[in-house]
Amino acid sequence: MNDLKDRQAQLQQMVEDMLREAASQGASAAEAGVNFDIGLSVSVRLGEVETIEHTRDQGMGVSVYFGHRKGSASTSDFKPEAIRDTVRAACNIAKFTTKDPCSGLADASRMAGEQPDLDLYHPWEIEVDEAIAKGVECENAARELDPRITNSEGATLNSHSGLQVYGNSHGFVGGYPSSNHSLSCSVIGGKGDAMQRDYWYTSARSPEDMESAREVGRRAAERTLARLGSRQIETREAPVIFQAEMAVSLLRGLTRAISGSALYRRSSFLLDHLDQQIFPEFVRIRENPLLRKGPASAPFDSEGVATAPKDLVRDGILRSYLLSSYSARKLNMETTGNGGGVRNLSIDSGELDLAGLLKRMDCGLLVSELMGSGLNMVTGDYSRGAAGFWVENGEIQYPVEEITIAGNMKQMFAGLQAVATDVDRRGGIQTGSWLLGPMMIAGS
Amino acid sequence: MSTTFDIARNTLLLPASLQDHHLDQVMDQLLAARIDAADIYFQSSRLESWVLEDGIIKEGSYNIEQGVGVRAISGEKTGFAYTDEIELPSLLEAGRTARAIARSGSRSSIRVRGMQAGRQYYEPINPLDTLTENAKIELLHRLDAEARSQDPRVTQVIASLVAAHDVVLVARSDGHLSGDVRPLVRCNVHVIVEQQGKREQGSSGGGARQGFQFFLDEERALGYAREAVRQALVNLDAIAAPAGSMPVVLGPGWPGILLHEAIGHGLEGDFNRKGTSAFSGRIGQRVATEACTVVDDGTLPGRRGSLSMDDEGTPGQNTVLIEKGILKGYMHDRLNARLMGTESTGNGRRESYAHLPMPRMTNTYMLPGTDDPGEIIASVAKGLYAVNFGGGQVDITSGKFVFSASEAYLIENGRITSPVKGATLIGNGPDVLTRVSMVGNDLELDTGVGTCGKEGQSVPVGVGQPTLKVDELTVGGTN
Repeated sequence: MNDLKDRQAQLQQMVEDMLREAASQGASAAEAGVNFDIGLSVSVRLGEVETIEHTRDQGMGVSVYFGHRKGSASTSDFKPEAIRDTVRAACNIAKFTTKDPCSGLADASRMAGEQPDLDLYHPWEIEVDEAIAKGVECENAARELDPRITNSEGATLNSHSGLQVYGNSHGFVGGYPSSNHSLSCSVIGGKGDAMQRDYWYTSARSPEDMESAREVGRRAAERTLARLGSRQIETREAPVIFQAEMAVSLLRGLTRAISGSALYRRSSFLLDHLDQQIFPEFVRIRENPLLRKGPASAPFDSEGVATAPKDLVRDGILRSYLLSSYSARKLNMETTGNGGGVRNLSIDSGELDLAGLLKRMDCGLLVSELMGSGLNMVTGDYSRGAAGFWVENGEIQYPVEEITIAGNMKQMFAGLQAVATDVDRRGGIQTGSWLLGPMMIAGS
Repeated sequence: MSTTFDIARNTLLLPASLQDHHLDQVMDQLLAARIDAADIYFQSSRLESWVLEDGIIKEGSYNIEQGVGVRAISGEKTGFAYTDEIELPSLLEAGRTARAIARSGSRSSIRVRGMQAGRQYYEPINPLDTLTENAKIELLHRLDAEARSQDPRVTQVIASLVAAHDVVLVARSDGHLSGDVRPLVRCNVHVIVEQQGKREQGSSGGGARQGFQFFLDEERALGYAREAVRQALVNLDAIAAPAGSMPVVLGPGWPGILLHEAIGHGLEGDFNRKGTSAFSGRIGQRVATEACTVVDDGTLPGRRGSLSMDDEGTPGQNTVLIEKGILKGYMHDRLNARLMGTESTGNGRRESYAHLPMPRMTNTYMLPGTDDPGEIIASVAKGLYAVNFGGGQVDITSGKFVFSASEAYLIENGRITSPVKGATLIGNGPDVLTRVSMVGNDLELDTGVGTCGKEGQSVPVGVGQPTLKVDELTVGGTN
């Protein structure tokens, strides 16, 4: 793979050319971004190569402002004339949009200054044959674990390196390379009507931070085996534990509810909840965009605004929304540097590990999979398909499936009892398992 | 007027001065390795979108995407590379990369030839040009006004218009060369209503492989605005949904998402070749009641999921999946068809040149039965009547599927009574249709809003069904 750092100057030049072109076509302000990503994706199945994909993605986008009128355009074409054509397309759009007093760049005073190196770029010079071997090793570890593993969807190794550059007419230009490598495995257990499937994956900025191929395969197989013999349970109300990977979705619900666009549209169940108690007092939720090697780290947001660590929830009280400059102006507030979303969110864990959390629950449902998208953002009403394990006397009794869990997210947050230490660190939202109060479980 | 094929050639090959013998050259190079099949997929797409919010045209964007994907297949192995540059050197380089999947082989020579155009299920138009910018803007303002005029409780209206113009050309190693021009338009209206501090939302929309006139005909788009408000107001009065297993009556049209999730994905050829689907090896078996016949039909004129040809150049087809309750067939692309010793059913689809094709649905629906919808509802003593849905999802291996109702009512003693809050429904694909005891005579297709995701790739699809009664389905309410 080419060293992407060498390409950075070239992309920076493209951003500057786009901004200059926007000015020459009469725009009073503009912002532009360019990205470039190369990668390798290798899939194996039943010990043989299935696909080898060489990926190479590029794109550039520009937004132009004529006073408070905005237009945007983007292209995957990097030919020199594409810059002029793309800017022209954006300017043409801006002729038809309406003046919007909240529209525009973020304030110049908020632009990121010197940008810290967040250690996000660790390219992997992996050859195709080596990638195949890793995939085979991973899948074999899963298939050889137990004779009840009967089939496989295979293992996939992905390695990507990318570069993104953003600039705007305040004179801000910033960019950085980053990399991501992952290995996943999905296997099937049982036969006929009793088949079950599950998967596991590892993902990191640097190849040496990945779990080993054997470990990924073993965990995939263990998860599949644990689901064999799943049954439906009768409809009932019971406490629920969201296993760490699933608890991520609850924090994602929080970020959607406190995002500026949901708030100014009055379409959030946490509207007007700033400085109010939304979790029990022990809860602290923080964002750290500057985490070294972090899965979602960035020195500046999608508008060039400097990012910084902050508490979203402290002592259970909502301390900050997630705002871009646009949504901030709509709400008469200041941007929180969250243009483009939240970056490395985490909730502080308590003392218990997952086993301890099961003991504390004593009797209830451990949720290990969720299906569908049943969250009404306006009301917080929550209803999703689920699978997991029935727990009695603090111990897993048997796997369950074909059930739903329902409640209201506001009440689920308020009823949070403990967060375990089993933190899933693979994604931009990191949490341990959550023990919640009773929810309605629908089954037979 | 030029043909679809000429438009595709002129759009994709002419600007790069690419001729048939250049395609032969790339193909010859691919086949220098031990390759069973190869294809080159050219694509050029234009996407335009407009968004109205707070009564003003807040955003507009224009996106250009183009490139070529080169695929080489050897047995069950696929090599794939793509480039954003439609030029001979980039094509040759992508070809060299893709063919590395097979190490060595014999040389053969291929002559790529244009094919006779098959039937076309939509016009080769550019939908972006079917209305002036001012007329698009005006339409959005009319939607805003229409929604707000429905009821004073409407506090927020977001309306959007999107048009895509997609031109593709497929060259295959069997010499086949064909093209398609795919227009697609979409309109959506989302509203928030407020009453004494209580807020709710409603959403409605539609689309087609047509020009924007589609939204003006029969006041279709205005209908979306009225429908979004109606749904939101219904939900303001909704009570808690029931929890547990009960009879469920599904309304006609969009609730056909049931078929897409419960049946459709499980019948895609890749999962069945690999034996990972709950439907694997069940052809000829009973998977539904006698009243159920389900098809996947890419040949419906102008529908969102329709395809004159799929992304491998196979003509769009109408494939019977379930006939009178018996499982008849799977949906195939060329790779899985070849490996299973059968023919492609025209279901080989890809999100773009940068993605590999795989078996995907087009428009999936159940044919009408003979029951009167009123009698279906009257037959239920206590149950749920669900008429609108959000998304769905399926685990094809265990067969468990969900779909989330966004508008539903209680049925009590054969009558529709209170509206209930949104709830997720969960069932088991291989047996849910064996519990369908009544099938209405009122087949409807959805309004053209479906997008299906599989392995990270999104494609437009359609669904449909008549009113259906499922004797037992788990309803995920709180009550």
